[in-house]
Amino acid sequence: MRYLYYPGCSAEATGKAYDISTRALMEKLGVELVELDDWNCCGATSYFSVRELDSFAIAARNLAIAQQMGDDELLVICNACYTTLAKANRYMAEDPKVFAAVQGALGAVGRTYDGKVKVRHIMDILINDIGLEEIGRHVTRRLTGLRVAPYYGCQFSRPMGAFDDVQMPTTMDRLFETTGADVITDFDAKTDCCGGMMMLTREDAALRLCHELLVAARQGGADVIVAACPLCEINLEAYQPRVNKAYGTDFNIPVMYFTQLAGLAMGVDPKQLGIDKQVVSCDPVLAAIPA
Amino acid sequence: MTELATTAQARELHRKFCEDVLGMPGGEKIKICQQCGTCTGSCPTSHLMDWGPREIIAAFRAGMIDRVVKSNTIWLCTSCYYCTVRCPAGIKITDLMYELKRMAIKYDLVPKESKNPAMTKYFVESVHKHGRNHEVELMTKYMLAKDWAMPLRYWQVGLKLFTTGRLPLSAKNTRGRDELDKISAYLEAQEAKTQ
Repeated sequence: MRYLYYPGCSAEATGKAYDISTRALMEKLGVELVELDDWNCCGATSYFSVRELDSFAIAARNLAIAQQMGDDELLVICNACYTTLAKANRYMAEDPKVFAAVQGALGAVGRTYDGKVKVRHIMDILINDIGLEEIGRHVTRRLTGLRVAPYYGCQFSRPMGAFDDVQMPTTMDRLFETTGADVITDFDAKTDCCGGMMMLTREDAALRLCHELLVAARQGGADVIVAACPLCEINLEAYQPRVNKAYGTDFNIPVMYFTQLAGLAMGVDPKQLGIDKQVVSCDPVLAAIPA
Repeated sequence: MTELATTAQARELHRKFCEDVLGMPGGEKIKICQQCGTCTGSCPTSHLMDWGPREIIAAFRAGMIDRVVKSNTIWLCTSCYYCTVRCPAGIKITDLMYELKRMAIKYDLVPKESKNPAMTKYFVESVHKHGRNHEVELMTKYMLAKDWAMPLRYWQVGLKLFTTGRLPLSAKNTRGRDELDKISAYLEAQEAKTQ
């Protein structure tokens, strides 16, 4: 199996561990990842505030390159990149005006895109292409007794809903049940917002949202929270001291990328998964996993 | 932030807003909003808003454009898309918020206390310069312009991220980053042609 891979900007900085652990996990599963050549920022939510067509066109530049490389699918790890790229496809398909404008803009830089490269979240590929049975075969260190809070975040399945439910997704639950973990299946904050970029522009608003999420995780008895988005991960993890200061709490809950914890269950070395990059120590998690 | 001096100006702005909103993919659905409030009830930040999304739609349709653009509402939208997936009328409310943000920036109607437009501006600048978002550069620019006290609040977080290699000072550039300027220039020219 081989996939064209779009890491996204955060994967080169604050979300480096997501990229590292994705590559290690896929190698373990025998899946080859080929990085999309000369990719650019998807545009994220910021571009939508500038000009809608710009956001679709600069997202589509990546899809044009994928098409040029002869691929009809693109694997994406970040929720926001996934939604932005997939949204460009959807709006191009729904609105001939958008399609024509994007075509024109890409034509201005000598590129062409027919709207047919399928944008796929890594979770979609793990569950629907590789499959839980195959994943289960690779699990060598079962996460027995580890209480896992699956945190999907907003843009995992909203608004696309292409491979999981828009309000109550379950793919991550099923993935970790396969690893033998004690998944908090009724973690109803699983798709609540972490505040996103608002952590920098309206800290009070974002801290409140993170506080609610951490409270829900603690109520569920979480040993670890797993995330599927670099922004969710950093907000929930790195800002725990800020939440504690604002709300008089004492949160120190390990937060990991789901690819890191899945990798651990498959016996990948913690260093190869970038576990040392986590701000809240993951030692209690490592200690809890039977050898 | 510009004051809307006359009713005529407000009316003209409303006409422009309607044209843009109704021109968005699915934008005409705003006409069938039945004011059920599912959007406001689903919104994670509506408790901080001057008006919730439901009221924004009502005010917009009533032509109270100054209320819409001067409210803090559009700047508190986190793009979580809860309202969009739950709206029984299928109104893409998140997209509507984006459209209103664009309009407010374009017509210089952003409330002074809102820091989001600065963040957006530096983000876009970074992407056009590098082809990618250089997080450290973005945060530095933003901090210098809008939030001097940020290092006082965040130095511990920053230090931790830096020592774990999560804040690289240099960015990898996209080779074809000049294409992004050309794409924007093309679309801007097209937009100018249609107006």
